[in-house]
Amino acid sequence: MTEAPILEIRNLTKTFGPVLALSEVKFELFRGEIHALCGENGAGKSTLMNMIAGLLQPDDGEIVVDGQRVSIASPAAAQSLGIALVHQEIALCQDATVAENIYMAAINRRRMPLMNYQKLYCDAQRVMDLLAPIPVRTRVADLSISNQQLVEIAKALTLDCKVLMLDEPTAALTESEARRLFAIVRGLKQRGISIVYISHRMAEIFSLCDRITIFRDGRYVATDPIEAVSPDDVVRKMVGREITQLYPDKLLPQEKPGRAILCVEGLADGKRFADVDIEVREGEILGVGGLIGAGRSEIAQTICGIRAAVAGTIALNGSPLNIRHYRDAVDAGLVYLSEDRKGSGLFLDMPIAANIAALDLGRLTGRLGLLDRRAEAQQASCLTRRLGVRMAGVEAAVSTLSGGNQQKVAIAKQLSISPKVIIMDEPTRGIDVGAKVEIHRLLRQLASQGVGIIVISSELPELIGLCDRVMVVREGKIAGELGADELSEEAIILLASGVQQTSTQQEEAKNVA
Amino acid sequence: MSLRQAGETTMAVEIKPAGRRGNIARMATLREAGLIAIILALCIAMSFASPHFLTWGNLRAMMMSFSIEGIVVVGMTILLIVGGIDLSVGSVVCFSMVVSGALFLSGLDPWTASLIGIAASALIGAVMGFFVTVVGLNHFITSLAAMVIVRGMCLVVTKGTPLSLFTLPPEFKALGQGSFRDIPYVILIFVMVVAIFDFLLRRATAFRKVFYTGSNEKAAQYSGIKTSHVKFWVTVLCSTLAGLAGVIYMARFGAATPTFGAGMELNIIAAAVIGGASLNGGSGTIFGAILGMALLSVVTSSLILLDVSVYWQDMIKGCILLAAVSIDHFLHSRKF
Repeated sequence: MTEAPILEIRNLTKTFGPVLALSEVKFELFRGEIHALCGENGAGKSTLMNMIAGLLQPDDGEIVVDGQRVSIASPAAAQSLGIALVHQEIALCQDATVAENIYMAAINRRRMPLMNYQKLYCDAQRVMDLLAPIPVRTRVADLSISNQQLVEIAKALTLDCKVLMLDEPTAALTESEARRLFAIVRGLKQRGISIVYISHRMAEIFSLCDRITIFRDGRYVATDPIEAVSPDDVVRKMVGREITQLYPDKLLPQEKPGRAILCVEGLADGKRFADVDIEVREGEILGVGGLIGAGRSEIAQTICGIRAAVAGTIALNGSPLNIRHYRDAVDAGLVYLSEDRKGSGLFLDMPIAANIAALDLGRLTGRLGLLDRRAEAQQASCLTRRLGVRMAGVEAAVSTLSGGNQQKVAIAKQLSISPKVIIMDEPTRGIDVGAKVEIHRLLRQLASQGVGIIVISSELPELIGLCDRVMVVREGKIAGELGADELSEEAIILLASGVQQTSTQQEEAKNVA
Repeated sequence: MSLRQAGETTMAVEIKPAGRRGNIARMATLREAGLIAIILALCIAMSFASPHFLTWGNLRAMMMSFSIEGIVVVGMTILLIVGGIDLSVGSVVCFSMVVSGALFLSGLDPWTASLIGIAASALIGAVMGFFVTVVGLNHFITSLAAMVIVRGMCLVVTKGTPLSLFTLPPEFKALGQGSFRDIPYVILIFVMVVAIFDFLLRRATAFRKVFYTGSNEKAAQYSGIKTSHVKFWVTVLCSTLAGLAGVIYMARFGAATPTFGAGMELNIIAAAVIGGASLNGGSGTIFGAILGMALLSVVTSSLILLDVSVYWQDMIKGCILLAAVSIDHFLHSRKF
């Protein structure tokens, strides 16, 4: 591997408005190697891939392909350079057949007015069979997500590329499908194709890749041969950030949390998760961590009755609850703050007061079933003042507020019923630091007033800075629990990605290969 | 917990003037004021063009002409707010009329027959509501199918020929033809229905849930609102009001025609949309929808008095609808 790299990135910089997504990063890919690219969410991996694939343009820096400095203006330009990207998200035409999707680029280039379906199906089936026996005449919409992911990969294989970039290709695949993919990726490597492999799963990286490059916060950290590092090293390099004093004081070690407020035992929904036990005690903030898609939101929604449970018991302050609908949970004092503020948290075109009132109209309803608008406005003005919402007035539409203030309105809505337990799904996603600090202080204050608080977060610093105890969910199971003295980003990532099993999985992968 | 106490102390310090109308309410009022202005301007212009326009007789005839449809508009507006639509109202109006008429001819007293007719209409609404909320079809397709099916039922009940109901007792006919001190009962009933539902929609807790559901159904579910119940009952309400209108039509015409009300749904949806109801749900007022209906009615009446060919009338009404919706779209896209 002494020859010149097939792809080289030099000092690439990209900003989105005021946000620096990538700062002078470098990256080197040799012919016939499988190169892992690692980093936390937001480290800039996908941004870099998108620039190499021509979807984004760099602000500064060079992309060198085969010794030639190039500018990649469009995905078509990337394709003609022999670069293909398989996206993390599935981007297929749902109503077209598998074959039509696989050869979309070729069909698009075709000059003939009529299609030769016989040849199309035949060629497509040959490519598809390399991965999985999916009939190519099937409509994509009729396939499972993991099969759709395989179609995406098959599509990239037909492009005759020199560089193949795979962005979390196994996120939606089962174990056996993933193994088949690994065999194919190794086969491509034998044929001299170079592969960039993005994944959060350490086991995969260590069994498949030759070298590893790590990004952190949009910056290049290190590139190492895979034999020279351990999973722990990788995690430490990915994280390695100082945690600043943005968070309110936690419970002191001598202040033991009080009695249990919420007790969940053996909860299962029959699909995404099983055997979940959760206990929230008075005075503490319980964090829930895990990878996106591990089942965290589903667990929270099932506790609150938004999704149906097939097994398990839920007790609030020692008395069992029978929750069949979210209404029952709200009436018992158990509320859920959705992670999707705009999609399912707020009524954007309705007034602030009406948004805050939505959770329990009963308390604002007078005789004859009429709404007491005076009480509604009073409730809204005292809650918005308590949360420091900056607004024109409680009758202004929520859509006129900034993201942070919208989130405060969503929280005010939860507080309107004086809840006993609040489950917050990504309470500070996409809001500015100021509002974030205010929301964290509020959560701590509520906890000290005896409200049970559960915070689901993908942001590790938030879990560590805010929570007294963190439970980590992996693939629908509680992978472990970390007390205040055990909390670290490494520990959470280890539990979330299941690195402990590295050695056994590596063995398995080798046996299969 | 101390949240309530904290709230109470702040409330004691400063009580905000409650019940102030917000941006949304103000925008709606603005639109209503605009519609009133246009209607008044048209009336004044017409009073110069035709001496017959501003006579009590003509005004009353105009009111009569849209009063019964206006009852249907009330239900349609509420259904549009929840994010639904009902294309079957014309058929349901006819169905209620035909069922009541047939029961009367078979010997039932007209009041009981009418109640059964309205109940049968409500049942059609319940069936549509079932398909929307339990089966999971959308309102458009469900009500399109219902429109055709119910029209077919009307033809089956009447065997295709109009039922002649001249034997209806005079006290029942008065419902559609009589007056209280020169004000027709039809108009009184219409004003009552509008007043009740406009008030309820603005003030009642149950109807607030209609706005929540229409504004963002997911968020309503995440607020513990049983949105499928809300959608079901609003669908039933819309059909029930159509049934009520059908009974009044029967009293007015003294006949039940199996083809009556075909195409009525478009006029009604147009009126609600001109009055500010959004086809995406979440907004609309009954007062506005009635003004929309009044505007369409004034235009029709003007065109007749100006001796414009009937062939032009639909075209002009369609253009008014297009203009109203375009202005609305323009105002909204400018605002956000």
